[in-house]
Parts: sequence; C-alpha cells; structure tokens
Amino acid sequence: MAAISVPLHSEPNILSRLIGRPTSAAGIAVLVIIVLAAILAPVIAPYAPSKLSIASRLHPSSLDHLFGTDDLGRDVFTRMLYAARTTLSVGFAVVVFSSIIGTLMGLVSGYFKRLDAPVSRLIDAMMAFPDILLAIALVAALGATAVNVVIALGIVYAPRLARVVRASTLVIRELPYVEAARALGVPTPIILVRHVLRNVTSPLLVQGTFIFANAILAEAGLSFLGVGISPDIPTWGTMIATGRQYMDQAPWVMMFPGAAIVVTVLSLQLVGDGLRDLLDPRLAKDI
Amino acid sequence: MLRSIFNRLLGMIVVMALVVTIVFVIVRVTPGDPAAVMLGPDASAADIAALRSRLGLDGSILEQFGRYVLGVVQGDFGQSIFLGEPVTTALAQRAEPTFFLTVFSLLIATAIALPVGILAAYKRGSVFDQATTTIAMFAASVPSFWLGLLFIQFFAVRLGWFDTSGYGGPGASFADRLNHLVLPALALGLVSSALITRFTRASMLDVLNDDYVRTARSKGMSEWRVVLKHAFKNALIPILTVIGLTAALLISGAVVTETVFGLPGVGSLVVSAVLRRDYPVIQGALLVIAGLYVLVNFAIDMLYLAVDPRVRY
Repeated sequence: MAAISVPLHSEPNILSRLIGRPTSAAGIAVLVIIVLAAILAPVIAPYAPSKLSIASRLHPSSLDHLFGTDDLGRDVFTRMLYAARTTLSVGFAVVVFSSIIGTLMGLVSGYFKRLDAPVSRLIDAMMAFPDILLAIALVAALGATAVNVVIALGIVYAPRLARVVRASTLVIRELPYVEAARALGVPTPIILVRHVLRNVTSPLLVQGTFIFANAILAEAGLSFLGVGISPDIPTWGTMIATGRQYMDQAPWVMMFPGAAIVVTVLSLQLVGDGLRDLLDPRLAKDI
Repeated sequence: MLRSIFNRLLGMIVVMALVVTIVFVIVRVTPGDPAAVMLGPDASAADIAALRSRLGLDGSILEQFGRYVLGVVQGDFGQSIFLGEPVTTALAQRAEPTFFLTVFSLLIATAIALPVGILAAYKRGSVFDQATTTIAMFAASVPSFWLGLLFIQFFAVRLGWFDTSGYGGPGASFADRLNHLVLPALALGLVSSALITRFTRASMLDVLNDDYVRTARSKGMSEWRVVLKHAFKNALIPILTVIGLTAALLISGAVVTETVFGLPGVGSLVVSAVLRRDYPVIQGALLVIAGLYVLVNFAIDMLYLAVDPRVRY
C-alpha cells in the first residue's frame, strides 16, 4: 500500500455524488428495493412463508406462484422475501461486529507503537486462514446458530478492517493536530475517538461495503454446506441447499435464491467501488 | 539482503506459531466438553474420559498446549476420531483431487484473466474494457457452489457431457479423473478469474503511461512488443502476487466446490469432519492450509526481494 488517503473532513454530499455515478446509482436503487422488499415481506408476500401445500409441490413459475413452489409446496417468492430478512441481517451484523473488533485492533496497533508488532502478527496469522474454512471451524466449535455464524464471520473479516484502520491511524497519529492534542494533555482515549476514529470512517465505510458482500456469499456457502444457519430458517443459502435435491425436476427452487445473491452482491460491489473512488481516490487502483 | 531474508523468516516463524495457537484455541472455545459434545448425550463417563485423553484434553491447558505443539512440530497432527487413522494420512490421501482442482482452476483463471486484463488496460475506456470490467464484477458476485450446480444441471444432466459427481472410483484412469475435474475447475476458475483480471488491468494501467513505454514506442517498436515485452514484464510482479494469493484462496473455494461435485478431496474431508465434530481433522486441515498460505506469502516476498533491489524487510 503506497499511499493512504486521509480525508480531513467528511464530504457532506457523498450520497448525492454517489448517485451521480450511473453504476453506483443502479447499485443503490437495487439495494433499496431489496431492503424494502425484506422489510415489507409480510405485506408483499402472497402467501405465508411456511404455508405447506402438498397438492402444489414443485410447481414451475406461474401467475399464482411467481417463482414456483418448493418440495413442500411453499411459495418460493414468499420464502425469498423472508429469507432476505435473515440474509441481510446476518450480513449487516457481520459488518458491525467485524468493524468493532477490527477498529479496536487497528487503532491499538496503529497508535501504540509498542503494541504494533504483536497485534500486526496476530492480524497476519488470522489472515492466513481462508475465510470460509476459518468460519467453518469456528461454527463447528461454537455450534451452528445464526448468532454464531455472525460471530465466526465477524472474526474472519475483522483483520481486513484492522489493516485498513491501522494504516490510516499510522498516518493520522503523526499529524500536527494530534500532536497538539497530546501536548495539551488531552487523554489518549479522547484523542483516539475524537481525532483518529473520526478520520478512519471513510476507509472503514468502503471496506464495510465489500465485507457486507463477502459475508452474504460466505453465509450462503456455510448454509449450503449444512454447517451454518439451520435449514429450517429460510436464507438464500439454505434455500439453495434444499433446492439442490430437486435440481433435476425443479431447478427454479435453487435458481432464484442464487440469482438474488448475485444481484445483491453485485449491487454492494458497485456501491463499494463508487465509494472507494469518491473517498479513497488513491486506493482506487488496488484490487 | 541476508538481513532482510532473516527478518522475514523470523516474521514467518512468529506467524506460524500464532497460527498453531489459533488452531489450538478454536477447539477450546467449544462450549462445554468437546469429548462429551462429540459422543452425544448417551455416552458413559468412562467413554468420555477415554476420548478426552485421546483428544489430548487431559491435564492443564498449558500441558495440553505443550503436547499439541510438540506433536505438530514432529508432524503429528493427532488421530482422526471417526476414520481411525492419523490426520496426516487422511489429509495425504485426499490431497490429489484438491491439488489438481486448485491447479486447473488457477490455469483457467489465469488463461482468461491475463489476456483480458492486458487488452482492457490497453484499450482503456473502450467498449471491451467496460464490458469485461462489468463481467468481472459480475463473476465476483456469483457464489461458486451455485455456479457449480448450474453447470451440473446444464453440462452433466442436460447435455450428458460429464458425470454429475465423484472422482471416477478407485481404479479410474487419469483421463477419467480429469474428466471429473473439468466442471469443478471451470466453476472455480471462472469465479476466481475476476480478481486476477481486475488486478492485471490495474497493474497494466500503472505501467502503460511510464516513460520507458513511451521511449519504446518512440523507437518504433511494434505495439505488441511494447505492451508485452516492456509494459507487461514490469506489471508482472503485482500480478504474480495476486495469482499466488488466489491460489491460496482457491483452496478455500475448493472446500465448497468439492462438496458440490462430490470430489473426495481435503475440502469434503473438512466438511464431513465438521458435521461429525472430528476436531483433530479440522485442526489438521486448518494447519496445513494456513501453513501453505504463509509459505506462499513468504515465497512472494522473497520474489520481490530478488527482483526489486529497493525492497527491504
């Protein structure tokens, strides 16, 4: 990482600038629709999410069942709306949880020179584990529940955020106003929160968007493998896992949830790219 | 130079030690007694005690850690609870499909990513550039296991070109096993080509405006020589880095893809170990894969050191 941009004041009109970019605007529009659909699921959904109907098992798309029905005759569209709630909540919770751990680790290693080496090596060691694999092991140890999936993925993604926060903190801690605050005897926790933390929000926001996207993919992978959220709870991942068994007769049961993942992750990436270009122009070329 | 190698080597050993510690700790965060959890609610106290000692769970936590580290250093990752064989044997037996899957996926990803990335950078802003950049982002958004399922449905079930799953049985010929690897390698390779494409494009953009590229052009050198000989050569190191890291990531992608395609590799071994709570196998697989990642990283750093005299650690 050659240069780290440290915006000294946050842009007030970042959202309007983001909307000014066609690709980001498309991403935001799709995300808004998906979030609204998830929130309004009980209103929009034509059926109850677990309404069984053995008579209409594995029916293809029709006017009655927009995305067809699954092996128990449940409406796939309805279940996808409810699944969006779990999938998006899990993704968001992962972002929040990993941001908290990652920011703490990054601030500590970036600000306190003595702690930098040990914390950085710990970050290196945690990043040596491929994300899905470490998450699988953690969920195996903690037990397969939605909360534990969030904890596991939060731990998995925290080091990435820690690196970003550390890099920015290293630059900020040497800036004159931080030095001035130190000279004036401002307590370290206040310097960290008021001066340092405030200025790492931009890179955090950019990374957070990408982690949201990754968390959705990872949760789907875990649920698909049967080592994530219980198959009784509809998430897009568990829906693909159930649909897999009926792939030959009823491919729609697994195709629509998968398409939902693709659209959501793509939108998040488009927004993340836009945010990065706006907030972190010098990082725009990386990855 | 020697000092840099030494520093980096020392750093790698520290990271490896931490990796071993993390792997040790993971099983200890299990709420309750792992032995009791593994054996289920009907197990007798004597059975639990016996399993505790087999798992190395007796004695103080420091004694346990000491024993674990001593074993790992000697290449002893413990015994699999369900397979009744050493973890190292179980891993070695399943290394082949994972190795070939990783290599083929990487070949496919690179074969797509390098030409596309170079051309996209060369024709920056063109329709080709915009189209491939969009496709790359799209590919990065597709869950590889879902793509795998679609491939099975289309190429194996509809068209009947390949078997739907497996690795061709114990006596299968190499060609037969290759045939079983085509679809999984395609699914994994296509998804991973996205990252390498974007990186290749970015690295090429970096160098295409450099002075020596302009000089080469002004000497009247042909365009493809300028791009491939002068620009690409200088963009190669960051590209090699991302290819190396992708190789490590592919091993993790293999966990899910192997399960989809029923390949008897390390990935499916880990998943079945998780479902059966076979902790020694999970720990062993984590250690080997994280260890590989650390080694790949170290090798990349050494490569930097060898080709760029400015690099110091």
